[in-house]
Amino acid sequence: MSGVFSPTRAKIKERTLRTDKWWLQPLITFGVLFSFIIYATFRAFENAYYFTEPLISPFYSPCLSEACVEGSTIAGFTPVSAQVLNFALSPALIILIFPLGFRMTCYYYRKAYYRAFWLSPPACAVAEPHEKYTGETRAPLILQNAHRWFFYAGLVFNVFLTYDAIISFKNPEGQWGHASVGSLVLLLSSTLLWFYSLSCHTCRHTVGGRLKHFSKHPVRYKLWTWVSILNHKHQQFAWYSLAAVAFADIYVREVATGAWTNFYFF
Amino acid sequence: MARKLNLRIWRGDSDSGELKDVQVEVNEGEVVLDVIHRVQATQMGDLAVRWNCKAGKCGSCSMEINGKPRLACMTQVASYPEGETITVTPLRAFPVIKDLVTDVSFNYKKAMEIPAYAPPADLAPGDARMQQVDVERSQEFRKCIECFLCQDVCHVVRDHEENKKSFAGPRFFIRIAELDMHPLDILKNRKKTAQEEHGLGMCNITKCCTEVCPEHIRITDNAIIPMKERVVDIKYDPARWLGSKIRKREGL
Amino acid sequence: MTIERHNYDVLIIGAGGAGLRAAVEAREAGLRVAIICKSLFGKAHTVMAEGGAAASMGNVNDNDNWMVHFRDTMRGGKFLNHYRMAELHAKEAPDRIWELEVWGALFDRTKEGKISQRNFGGHEYPRLAHVGDRTGLELIRTMQQRIVALQQQDGRDFGDMECNIKVFAELTIIDILKENGKVSGAYGYWRETGAEVLFEAPAVVIATGGVGKTFKITSNSWEGTGDGHALALKAGANLVDMEFLQFHPTGMVWPPSVRGILVTESVRGEGGVLTNNVGERFMFKYIPEVFKKMYADNEEEADRWYEDQDNNRRPPELLPRDEVARAINTEVKAGRGTEHGGVFLDVSKRLSAEVIKKRLPSMWHQFYELAGVDITKEPMEVGPTCHYVMGGVEVEPDTAAAVGVPGLFAAGEVAGGMHGSNRLGGNSLTDLLVFGRRAGAAAAQYVKNSGKNPVSEAAITAAAAKIQAPFDREGGENSYSLHAELQEITHNLVGIIRTGAELQSAIEKIADIRKRSANVSVSGGRKFNPGFHLAFDLDNMLLVAESTAKSAIAREESRGGHTRDDFPGMNNKWRQVNHISSFDGTKVNVREQVLPMLPKELFDLFDVHELEKYMTPEEIAKGGSN
Repeated sequence: MSGVFSPTRAKIKERTLRTDKWWLQPLITFGVLFSFIIYATFRAFENAYYFTEPLISPFYSPCLSEACVEGSTIAGFTPVSAQVLNFALSPALIILIFPLGFRMTCYYYRKAYYRAFWLSPPACAVAEPHEKYTGETRAPLILQNAHRWFFYAGLVFNVFLTYDAIISFKNPEGQWGHASVGSLVLLLSSTLLWFYSLSCHTCRHTVGGRLKHFSKHPVRYKLWTWVSILNHKHQQFAWYSLAAVAFADIYVREVATGAWTNFYFF
Repeated sequence: MARKLNLRIWRGDSDSGELKDVQVEVNEGEVVLDVIHRVQATQMGDLAVRWNCKAGKCGSCSMEINGKPRLACMTQVASYPEGETITVTPLRAFPVIKDLVTDVSFNYKKAMEIPAYAPPADLAPGDARMQQVDVERSQEFRKCIECFLCQDVCHVVRDHEENKKSFAGPRFFIRIAELDMHPLDILKNRKKTAQEEHGLGMCNITKCCTEVCPEHIRITDNAIIPMKERVVDIKYDPARWLGSKIRKREGL
Repeated sequence: MTIERHNYDVLIIGAGGAGLRAAVEAREAGLRVAIICKSLFGKAHTVMAEGGAAASMGNVNDNDNWMVHFRDTMRGGKFLNHYRMAELHAKEAPDRIWELEVWGALFDRTKEGKISQRNFGGHEYPRLAHVGDRTGLELIRTMQQRIVALQQQDGRDFGDMECNIKVFAELTIIDILKENGKVSGAYGYWRETGAEVLFEAPAVVIATGGVGKTFKITSNSWEGTGDGHALALKAGANLVDMEFLQFHPTGMVWPPSVRGILVTESVRGEGGVLTNNVGERFMFKYIPEVFKKMYADNEEEADRWYEDQDNNRRPPELLPRDEVARAINTEVKAGRGTEHGGVFLDVSKRLSAEVIKKRLPSMWHQFYELAGVDITKEPMEVGPTCHYVMGGVEVEPDTAAAVGVPGLFAAGEVAGGMHGSNRLGGNSLTDLLVFGRRAGAAAAQYVKNSGKNPVSEAAITAAAAKIQAPFDREGGENSYSLHAELQEITHNLVGIIRTGAELQSAIEKIADIRKRSANVSVSGGRKFNPGFHLAFDLDNMLLVAESTAKSAIAREESRGGHTRDDFPGMNNKWRQVNHISSFDGTKVNVREQVLPMLPKELFDLFDVHELEKYMTPEEIAKGGSN
């Protein structure tokens, strides 16, 4: 017997004496994340309905392959040959590695899925079911330390998605100066992604957190204070941006299939 | 305004023990420690409980109330629905001594393992000059009242006795962070030893330490994660490693 | 039965600020040191100190220096302080603060990066080094970590971290042992197991803090049971001026969860109003003649003052502490108090909830979290609370050596003399450091000069018998109820406002409880048994209460922390008198002793006209002692 049932500890037979609904939070987290994974997998393999002028789904952006549907590429820039893509099945699979990696190694999501998926622990002061525990000290979890590289990649993606949002302020004929529900949807998702990235712990560390003397670096200190304020809300940004990205994809898909009409304000 | 409260108190020692039901009077505004004292004075004269200041400043009356690690002096009886039984047990991550008192010597041993503050050898008393912005991060960690609730709730040791030898725990991660961020500390290898000797990598940032901290120290966000990032700087980031070889960078 | 034995050079009883500072000093002098704490390491009452540590570093105002600090301290103590202690304290406090910084303390900073200093009552310049409102915690933690640093040094040098300095946590000392008239060690028991422990040590430093638990309403924790005062008395040392206790006029009396906790003066400053149980704002009845010009005599004017302070007189709630305390005391004794023996302090009527939370954030937070009392909605119930004891073990100022017992030292709140009849806020933290260090150094010197002094078997047997006694009695008195009775007596009769008749009755009642306490019995076993622990604490508190009551009845004047309703004024004749308590084995005896006169160089620091308020014409004419 180990953990709270170790011989020296108070002899209490319950795994936890918590009387509140401690299982609710991990259950919700599990449900939402699991649904997202199922949906994202389905969409990644679907390899269709990701573009409808002027909207592109964030799952498929930037579309850099020769196999991308017409108009979805950035000025026809397609360095990835269709051959390569034959192996990878869908452009989304290559793209999704990066945002997925960013979220998988994110300090907030780690808490969420260690609790909800791995029950390590399921909730505070609730005994976990595992016999052994080594944390993030060995492979594969030691790879969590690569978070900053995914953060850098995430920034690049944010630039592309912001570009997508900007060019969505066109009408289907490609003329500027129009706005539709779709452009607002893309704008919202790219904005929330910026907030999610900029509120990240690695970002906080990079802009100033690693310094010993803030007083010698007033600009970085200022940046650090701003990022720190955002960082308080990192959890919220993580969920909001996830929901917004998923919705943006759903929206583009439904418009592309013709199920929904992209309403234009002007 | 007195009413009766059903209290279940764990009584026993390292060999055996059980939850005992008692009824005790409770008055408006009282905290759990007050009713425990009343039980002690009227029904169980030898009920063991630690406490000192009774104002949330010393961190002595740590126990588990309805399964949650808490300070008994900061837990209002009124925060539980009337009629509900309140269950009080000793901390479950440490060896029990008697009733609500546990052996917390693990924490004092770990305290002795963290390398002490190391100012420059020529720093004379009165000569230190530090800016407020440079001390504020460490000051947050120095608010710690050493109640050890974070140590108790941390599943790394709570659920795995064998990890105690290689894991310092949240309280001492904030100590390491405090020193690593201290503007005058010059000890070089705090990040490295944090990872290799004190078990920083064991932490999977599930944040229970932050949830239970009565001082509201943001243990995970402000100490553990920044320390993990600092460890990445020296151990897992080839670019920064190279940078540190080329020129001496601040923070490394 | 074999008992656990330890052999050390210096034994420190008490792990608060003074004890830890003494331990560091003795260890650095090359000696082996044991530190005894009654609770866990780092929980001492020192953590409660909020305001700061007074030291004339002059970081904020460079006019400050030790002489100004010395003057402030003597004025605060109404010139009953031992001048030499006040002098050493004022001179050495800055070095003690700076030293903490070298050990890792992080005080709040000034713009230039120096230690910031704040204003505080009675200090002429901003003088209190501070860290928010948790300065005491910073002090304890810094020294705790300094001790760990020394232990790590020993670990590197000798392979054993605890070979030269070891902390014995949750251990109670019940007797200081002597052989041939000199200290030889101490005897106690582990609180955890009840097992007995003998410490052999030729020098013992007492640093046990205060006596607040002798009183019903106190800001002190359970540890403040006057252990060191009683240990010293029983070992043959003296206590000086035990009548001087600092009471704060507004401590919470209800609910019990916050009983004793201070309500800062700023609550009244922000518009808090005191009323009795019939809703009368009673302070208008208690404005003394000398204050009539400065304080409003009607509610309208008092209310206007908060808006316009130039054209109106102050509300009487802002009278000096002792006047407010006396008024509250009179109301309660006249039957106009609340059912829990206090009066109402209400800030919710005048200010909006928002303003209260903004101006009194920590007060609001504290009461809301600790007691569920929302001061923005309901009045507080307040009354005088016992906060600090100025009296204590009589010591030699330079060495902190207890007078009359070679090998015994005392520092911190348990030592007397430094603060005279009233302590200034902020002086206690530096008192701990200055005299803690001096005690540690002097104890080390003493051990180097005098060597070992083995404990005899007879002494061990006698001490062991005391520990077993309460278990052998059956059906005797309950220590909890005797403690409650004692607190009731001290609260009602030896409290903040005293009269000769009440003190006389207190002395008789305390003697009665002492008789009954000899018959205390304890249920349960020895293992972590609070009832058993209280039995010993009770003995200590009874000695303290007796000493306080007897010193108080002897002092026929009012000064600082001693207020006699039957002798309201300060009397210069009494300024020359210390009350010395000693213990003859059955009762406490109090005698008068002449206070040493200021030497000329210190005398000359004051304006003669100021001294005339405190000293007799003959003393003034002498102009100092040499």
